[in-house]
Order: sequence, then structure tokens, then C-alpha cells
Amino acid sequence: MSFPWAKHYEPKHPLMQWVDSRLPLPRFVYNAVGAGYPVPRNLNYWWNFGVLAGVALVCQLITGIVLAMHFHSSAAGAFDSVNVGIMRDVNAGWFLRFAHANGASMFFVVIYIHMFRGLYYGSYKAPREMVWLLGVVIFLLLMATAFMGYVLPWGQMSFWGAQVITGFFSAIPVVGDWVRIWLLGGYAPDDAALNRFFSLHYLLPFVIAGAVILHIWALHIPGSSNPTGVEVKGEQDTVPFHPYYTAKDGLGVVVFLIAFSALIFFAPDLLGHPDNYIPANPLSTPAHIVPEWYFWPFYAILRAFTADFILPAKLWGVLAMFGSILLLFFLPWLDKSPVRSGSYRPMYRIAFWVLVADVLVLGYCGGSPAEPLYVIVSQIAAAYYFAHFLIVVPIISHLETPKPLPGSITEAVLAKTGA
Amino acid sequence: MTSLFIKSIKFLVGGAFILVLAIALFGSVKGVIYEPPAETAEHMMHKHPEPLKLASDGLLGKFDRRQLQRGFLVYKDVCSTCHSLNLVSFRNLKDLGYTDAEVKKIAKDWGTKQPVFDEKGGTWGERDNVPSDRFPKVYYPGTGTPPDLSLITKARHNGAAYVHSLLTGYNEKPSAEALKHFPEFAKTPDGMHFNPYFANLNIAMPPPLTQDGQVNYSDGTRATIPQMSEDVAAFLVWTAEPTLETRHAAGLAVLGFLIFAAFLTYGAYRSVWAGVKH
Repeated sequence: MSFPWAKHYEPKHPLMQWVDSRLPLPRFVYNAVGAGYPVPRNLNYWWNFGVLAGVALVCQLITGIVLAMHFHSSAAGAFDSVNVGIMRDVNAGWFLRFAHANGASMFFVVIYIHMFRGLYYGSYKAPREMVWLLGVVIFLLLMATAFMGYVLPWGQMSFWGAQVITGFFSAIPVVGDWVRIWLLGGYAPDDAALNRFFSLHYLLPFVIAGAVILHIWALHIPGSSNPTGVEVKGEQDTVPFHPYYTAKDGLGVVVFLIAFSALIFFAPDLLGHPDNYIPANPLSTPAHIVPEWYFWPFYAILRAFTADFILPAKLWGVLAMFGSILLLFFLPWLDKSPVRSGSYRPMYRIAFWVLVADVLVLGYCGGSPAEPLYVIVSQIAAAYYFAHFLIVVPIISHLETPKPLPGSITEAVLAKTGA
Repeated sequence: MTSLFIKSIKFLVGGAFILVLAIALFGSVKGVIYEPPAETAEHMMHKHPEPLKLASDGLLGKFDRRQLQRGFLVYKDVCSTCHSLNLVSFRNLKDLGYTDAEVKKIAKDWGTKQPVFDEKGGTWGERDNVPSDRFPKVYYPGTGTPPDLSLITKARHNGAAYVHSLLTGYNEKPSAEALKHFPEFAKTPDGMHFNPYFANLNIAMPPPLTQDGQVNYSDGTRATIPQMSEDVAAFLVWTAEPTLETRHAAGLAVLGFLIFAAFLTYGAYRSVWAGVKH
């Protein structure tokens, strides 16, 4: 579906006419990211991050496929194949490896900004719930993929990270230990676990790519949201995706690549942990086991549950950690306010920025050692996290008086530009 | 009734998590009040490495090859007795400026030999190293295995500075204040050595650099202990990432291109949107 004024694909070259009448793939692309997709004219730079996430996915696929050609997936050979083969002997292998490791970080940076943009502008609300739900699915798949990828170089943090994360399953009452051994293919991470992680790490990105296609498809039914949250009312409210947003996204992609390259070439180990340059040693536990930075907020939630109350503390922690992501699935029905954009919601806007600060605090605590002060701060911050989604937002949506909305996107644009 | 339950389920779930967190928080705060976390010896005495400037630092950093050669001599004459360099091959030494013949000789004369299995006899023997061999593993007869040094500057926070501070940190003693809290540090256990830069404070490695001139430098540099320690730290930065210079050079070219591309795409963006208010 599209707006009635969307341009129609009219192939001029006979070859394209021939292709289009047999397989309308060019038409499909034209309507998806070409001139055939009308987009609100007032999107700001926060709307670049969806395309950037797509670019990050493609970078990860390409570097990952080539890295897999040089990787030995065995507990005896993995560390050497990465740290000698790829880093020293493969031509530009160091580039592939650093691009892939830092590419994961860049992927999470843009995904987190993309999600917070959705939260601020109410992009999850009707009629775009399905876009949001698929987005949460992609996020979960991305976390699983990133975790399994981090295990592959078989350094100390790889091994002990795998030990801790698979340990979550042993929190399941009665059958937990059995489930964990079944998932790992042994009592501790070893060849069996490494091989299945490698297999899944290669598979899941393609599942993500499929989910991304559904995500974009679902987006194209109602069309893109916009900073006012007011729906498109007519042709004057939109511009064709190409060339307007291809040009704007082009700039965004180059800026993204500048930040990405600065990491790869000048600070490739900044976001990694030194311990992962030590080969995995099942007999020596690192002093502090910490996951990669993008898991820190969730790690802090996990560790905040230190009290046994009806259920064991560990089970509470695991439930809360998964719950903190799963509750995002219910967000479109938790926030009842008919106004989408946080710009017109004075109370929600405050709650939003408190949530941003809260997640940053959780992240800081999650990356710090489990000392009492950090645990206490995580407990307070974790409580606010759940309160925000399950209590504050539902109540705010009843209490709040939104500011008057502009009559249309064009009206808002003209008011802003002073015409 | 059912609809009321569905309506309030979010508050029940949220309330449950918050209640459990409140109980946990109460426990944590009580714990801190009744049993304040004790001052640890590591917290009192552990020191962060002193800053170390090397030629390879910075965006344009390049290795100082003469320093790398000196550092290699320190590794060869001092460290290699106990520490292997197993991710590096002898042939890689050509990067340091050694000729083919020199590399061949270094490999041949290397103290630890390559193990070979004699299929017919069913016994293990040895042969001399050749340039294509990796530096052989070192089998250490004492307790614990000294770590391989290939990646040591990446495997420690602030790697090169850590190596330098650790090697020159054996003279430091615990402060009187620290000894009041932890009198056991007045005497280090047998076979251990106090070193404030080491995570556990007491390290099994005896001071490896003990006197000036311990390594015979041929380029006229005075082989003081700090000099030898800095040289071997620089060498270990190279072993951890021999491609560092390529990375820096490629990075400059890539960033230069991308900044140029940013101007172009910004111009394209401006001209496409010219006349469209947004």
C-alpha cells in the first residue's frame, strides 16, 4: 500500500520493461526505497539510524563471511586462528577482524539510538505496532548473535562469558542443570558448544536479514512516522524517498563510517576487554567477568537481584533480565496516550529523559565490579526501569494534558521555518 | 473481574519486580552498614602503571626499529628463558630490520629447539629452528606457567606501560600506613616478590632486570634498567600487533577519503533539498 500520490514505476528501457513484466523486482525496490515511497518531509537526523542499522548489518555480513573462511572452530585452534592466522598471516585480516568486532559495537550504538528515537517519538503506537514488535525481535536476535560471536575467538572472556550466560538456563527450576548441559553439549563450554555457537552465529544474521525485510515491509504499510507524530494528510506533507532521503541518508552513512573507521584504525581495542587476548583457560576464572558494553545495562539488572524471595535470587535476576526486554513487546498497549511525539507530551518527555539517564547508570554499574555501592545503585536504577514501563508510562498517559498538535506536517514545517 | 485483572497486570508485574528489588536493596544497605566492605590490600597498595611514551603511540605512530631490535635482545637474553612468544614466527623478525641471513642465524642459534617426533623410533627428539617456525613453547619446570608474551601488551590494561612499570617496580616497598593494616606484607612469602603494579601484589617472577649493562647493546645505547625495560615493552607492542603501522597508515587514508566524501554528500544533500522546507 502507499499514498495515492506515490509515483508509479514506469520502466523506460525495453530490457527493464521485459524484466518488470516477468519479475517486478525493480518495481519492488522503487516502491520500497526509491521515488515510489512518499516520506514525511520533516524527518530529522534521528531518522537516519534505521538505514545505518541496515548498513551495519551488511558490514557485519561481509566481514563475517570472509572471517569465517579463515576461522577454525575448535577449542584447540580457535584462538590461534584468530590471533595468528587472521591477525598476522591473512592479508588485511587485522582489518576484517577489527571491523567485525567494532562493527558489532557500532551496530548496537545505532540500534540503541534507533530504539530510543522510537520511544521518544512514540513510533511504536498504532498503526505501527508491528514495526515495533519486529524491531524487538531483531534486537533479541542481535543480542544472541553478538553473544555467540564474542565466544568464537575463545579468549578468557569468551569462555567465561559463555559459562555465565549459559548458566542462566540452570536457574530454571528442577530441569535447569540438565537443560544447560544439553544446550552446551557438555558440562562446560568446549568443542561442542563452540561449534554450535559458530553454526548459529553464521545462521542468525540471515534470520535477522529476514526479520529486517518484514520490519521494512510493516513500515511501508502505514508509512514512516515523523517528529510531530501527526499523520500525513496530503501530498504536500511528503517528499519521495529518492532522492530526498537517499541524499540525507548518504550523508548519515558517511558520518557513520567516519566514526566506525576511527574505531577500527585508531582505537580497535578500546571497547574490548584485555582478558580476551588471553587464551581460554577453564581452570582460571578472571577477577571480573564482564560482558561487552552493549550488555551492561542488562547485566546490571541481572546482578541487582541479590535476595531470595519465594524464588531464588538468581532466578529473579534471569527473569528480570529477560523481562526487561520482553516488556518492550507490550509497550504499544502500555502507553495509552493518543499523542505520539514526546515533543507534545510534557510529562512523558521528562520520564523519557529519566529513562535515558537510568539506562546509562545501569550500563555504568553493569560494567563495574560487583561491589556493594554499584549493586545498590543498580537496584534503584533497575526498579526505575521497571517502574517506567509498567507504572509511570501507563499512568502518565491518563494524567497528562498534551500540548496542542500542529494541524499538519506542512503547518509544523512552515511554523518552524518562519514562512 | 477478568478485565480488571488484565488492566492491573502491568502494575502487578512491575510491583513484583520492584518489591523484590526493594528487599534486595534493604539487604544490600544493611550489609554495608553492619559489615562495611573491608579495605583490601590490593586497594591500598596496588598502583596503576606509570605513563610510558613510545614511538608507536598516536595516530601517526611508527615503530622505532632500533628500539625494537634492542627490545628483542632483552627478550632473547632475559625473558625467553621462561616466557614463550609462540604467536610470532622467526621470519617476522625481518620486520625489525634483520636480514634473511640474520634471521636464519637467530633461528638456528635459538636455545629452545623444535620438538620432532620420530615415527620409526616412536621417540621425541629436537631439531634447530628455521625462519618459518614459530618461537618454540617454553616448558617451565617450576610452579605455574609463565604467560606467553606475544599478546601481553594487549592482554593487560595499559599494556606497554604495565610491562615497563612491572619490570622496574621491584624496588618499591609497601608504605608504613599500608603495613599497619596488612602487617603480613612486611615479609613477602618465600619465592614471591612484592611489586605494587602486579594485580596480586606478590609476584612469583624474580626481578628479571637486575643490573645496568645486563644486555649487550651494539648500537651505543646505554643499557640501563629503565632503558632495557622500555625497549622490551616497545618490542612487545610490536609482537602484539606487527601490523600496527599499516593500520595507522590505512586509517589516515580512509579518514581522509571519508572526510572528503562527507563534504560531497553534504553538498548533494543541500542541493537536493534546496527549496524544500523541512
